[in-house]
Amino acid sequence: MFENFDAEILARIQFAFTVSFHIIFPAFSIGLASYLAVLEGLYIWKKDKIYLELFDFWKIIFAVAFGMGVVSGIVMSYQFGTNWSVFSDKAGPVIGPLMGYEVLTAFFLEAGFLGVMLFGRSRVGLGLHFFATLMVAFGTLISATWILSVNSWMQTPAGFAMNDVGQFVPVDWWAIVFNPSFPYRLTHMVIAAYLTTAFVVGAVGAWHLIKGTAPRRAGTMFSMAMWMAAIVAPIQIFVGDMHGLNTLEHQPTKIMAMEGHFDSHPEGAPLILFGIPNETEKRVDYAIEIPKLSSLILKHDLNAPLDGLDAVPDALEPPVTIVFWSFRVMVALGFAMLGVGLFSLWCRWRGTLYENQGLHRMAVVMGPSGFVAVLAGWITTEVGRQPYTVYGHLMTADSLSPIAAPAVAASLISFIIVYFVVFGAGTFYILRLMGRLPRDPLEPLDEGPIRTSGITPASQPGHGGKHAH
Amino acid sequence: MPIDLPFIWAGIIAFAVLAYVILDGFDLGVGILFPLFPEKHDRDQMMNSVAPVWDGNETWLVLGGGGLLAVFPLAYATILPALYAPLILMLLGLIFRGVAFEYRWRTKRAEYLWNWAFAGGSTLAALCQGIALGALVQGIPVADRAYSGGWWDWLTPFSLATGVALVIGYALLGATWLVMKTTGHLAARARHFAFFLAFATVGAMGIFSLWTPWLKPLYLERWFGYPTMIFSVIVPLLVLACLYLIVTGLKRGHDARPFLAALGLFVLGYAGIGISFYPYIVPTSLTIWQAAAPDDSLAFLLVGAVILVPMILGYTAYAYWVFRGKINPEEGYH
Ligand code: HDD
Ligand code: HEM
Ligand code: HEM
Repeated sequence: MFENFDAEILARIQFAFTVSFHIIFPAFSIGLASYLAVLEGLYIWKKDKIYLELFDFWKIIFAVAFGMGVVSGIVMSYQFGTNWSVFSDKAGPVIGPLMGYEVLTAFFLEAGFLGVMLFGRSRVGLGLHFFATLMVAFGTLISATWILSVNSWMQTPAGFAMNDVGQFVPVDWWAIVFNPSFPYRLTHMVIAAYLTTAFVVGAVGAWHLIKGTAPRRAGTMFSMAMWMAAIVAPIQIFVGDMHGLNTLEHQPTKIMAMEGHFDSHPEGAPLILFGIPNETEKRVDYAIEIPKLSSLILKHDLNAPLDGLDAVPDALEPPVTIVFWSFRVMVALGFAMLGVGLFSLWCRWRGTLYENQGLHRMAVVMGPSGFVAVLAGWITTEVGRQPYTVYGHLMTADSLSPIAAPAVAASLISFIIVYFVVFGAGTFYILRLMGRLPRDPLEPLDEGPIRTSGITPASQPGHGGKHAH
Repeated sequence: MPIDLPFIWAGIIAFAVLAYVILDGFDLGVGILFPLFPEKHDRDQMMNSVAPVWDGNETWLVLGGGGLLAVFPLAYATILPALYAPLILMLLGLIFRGVAFEYRWRTKRAEYLWNWAFAGGSTLAALCQGIALGALVQGIPVADRAYSGGWWDWLTPFSLATGVALVIGYALLGATWLVMKTTGHLAARARHFAFFLAFATVGAMGIFSLWTPWLKPLYLERWFGYPTMIFSVIVPLLVLACLYLIVTGLKRGHDARPFLAALGLFVLGYAGIGISFYPYIVPTSLTIWQAAAPDDSLAFLLVGAVILVPMILGYTAYAYWVFRGKINPEEGYH
């Protein structure tokens, strides 16, 4: 299958493949952990059983997703050594301690309280249980903070020196952790995780609203998700723009590839909306472009000059086509999310949030959009960093383990098979869990009392599947 | 005298690896024993006995790996490529068993598949860890800051033997854990297996101890040279004492003693290995000082470790406390 590939490209594919699978789960569980904390908090505050039921419904889904996140993450933490040993030796003194802190502050916290959160409510009482849920949610955010610091340092390295054996050595930890792109990347990623979760929750709510089986619970989760989308999608677009400006400052080549600017534009660069990058001829075919807009967005001046890839040696250019497309996919989805958010506001204002079938269908279709946008965003970031692993200092080709190609090919094939089987099954179980929202025992929203504290469905059989936690 | 940071860190990493081996050891052991308990009800209980804690147990493995990258990057960069195949297989095994904890409850039709994933994944992970240990003890050649051996060096009769030995040892931990955590015929069966596994484990330790000194002159000198040979005399005696405690504990119906004594066996074996190759971290190519990251890295992470590791131990203990005692066969956590 991979006979004609060398060890480097195989290792890159393997890393990209395993980390792409991995990021899918954190993107969902970071947001879902916070959502669970909100639900339990609302239950404690408002004493409305509906929040507890939603909590139990999402908790099981969270457990499955989290398990997949953990096992795929453990693979990641060993892969630096198995496949990128030279990188590990050289960058280890700087990024190693950050990842060490991630384990000490985040992974143990999540794992320690996860058991209590999943299985312990009857043993520790509601208050302590809420504390455990908060710790899990907090843990996911701390985890994101450290690993994004690591990744950002690789994009925009700072605060280091080189020693005589060629290792990066720390000089200023503050500068390393808070390297120039870190605040932007962290904000952008955490919001991405929240949006991803919001669209999944929204899709599940919309699906059940369409089926009409459990209007009150489905309506509640749908409404919560749509608030999130309406408020956070515009923020994400704004943050994304700031992130881009930061990238322009520190990794201009990446921006050239994202924009498809093969040529320099001394008098204002156009914004290429679509087109087909032609890397051999170094131009964008069939380009649809708006003159000078790129300079306006990136430099806030219609006539500002912008360099293109012709100013960069070929050997130092990233693969343009991938970056160009993945960036457009992300941005298009960002605006689509904004569209759903605005539409939901309009429906809310008209009082048809729970009835508008068009909105519900749209929400169902957009359910996976967050995952696609997250992957597209990461591909932009990581492929755009090529040909470096530590931007400007360590080439990808010089980062590799001395492992022979057949060994890497064998491991890559095993990962592909195992991941598709294992995570395919997991996705199937999650979808099935999402599809099961037993008939709503509560009155629909507009009829009957809103406060339903007497008629609790705690004894409802089959709640959340046969083995409700 | 300046503080010897690499030495302190070697101690912390050694502690993390030991914590991993005994904690994940018993839950991998439960998986290894799965095929010996064919009844669904027993299997549910076995899994429930470790479900709330397995993730925390496995996190020590992440600390072992991540910690190595942080403080001994050169060791991380040479050991991992040298053990490429067994480590990848271990990771795949851990994937299968890890997801089985949730998947197994999500399906009736395919439950048997996830039973196999749990048992097979646990056994594969244990076997590969044992092989990795054996290959490490055999020694890993390093030249020019990179692994310089061949791709099949890890595969020898010795490493296969340590692989099997670790499977047996983990099974013992798992069996004694079940004795402690379960009731009725499940506990009785576990007691029965633990008895044989205890002798098998001690036998395997004996073989390992007789074999190791002949692998490298360093080990021979450590085992039979003064003053380290004091340990060569004391450790076997302590091992026998542990065996005695396990066996009598099992016979007299103690619940916790066999498990604790089995942990004792692991601590002793681990100490024995440590004494054999200290101060090497990649035997016999790199010492802890040669592999260590600069002091700035070590000091930065040490501040956190000193504060955080005790906290981690605290809330981990709390989590175990919440789920203390025998598990109630009627109360499914799931
Ligand atoms: C801690 C660092 C780190 C983090 C948080 C990520 N990556 Fe990365 N990525 C790397 C460290 C890295 C790397 C080790 O540096 C690689 C391996 C080869 C390379 O060039 O960079 C890499 C390569 C790499 C490639 C291949 C690029 C190429 O070879 O052209 C892709 C597509 C991704 N990653 C995708 C992702 C995704 C989807 C991530 C979301 C979690 C992600 N990366 C996070
Ligand atoms: C290559 C880089 C990465 C490595 C080496 C890595 C490593 C790991 C490991 C070892 C785990 C399991 C921890 C456990 O045992 O509980 C894990 C889980 C997790 N990771 Fe990653 N990770 C990487 C990228 C990321 C990124 C980019 C994010 C988020 C922005 C992230 C967020 C998380 C979270 C929140 C978890 C908890 C489990 C879950 O939510 O599914 N990781 N990761
Ligand atoms: C439409 C508005 C958006 C803009 C202008 C935008 C901009 C950017 C830019 C410039 C980068 C690359 C930064 C770099 O590598 O230096 C990026 C990365 C990324 N984007 Fe977006 N983005 C938008 C929407 C979204 C949405 C809706 C999501 C997900 C829900 C998302 C998720 C990501 C992720 C996960 C990354 C990689 C991590 C990072 O570098 O932060 N983006 N984005």
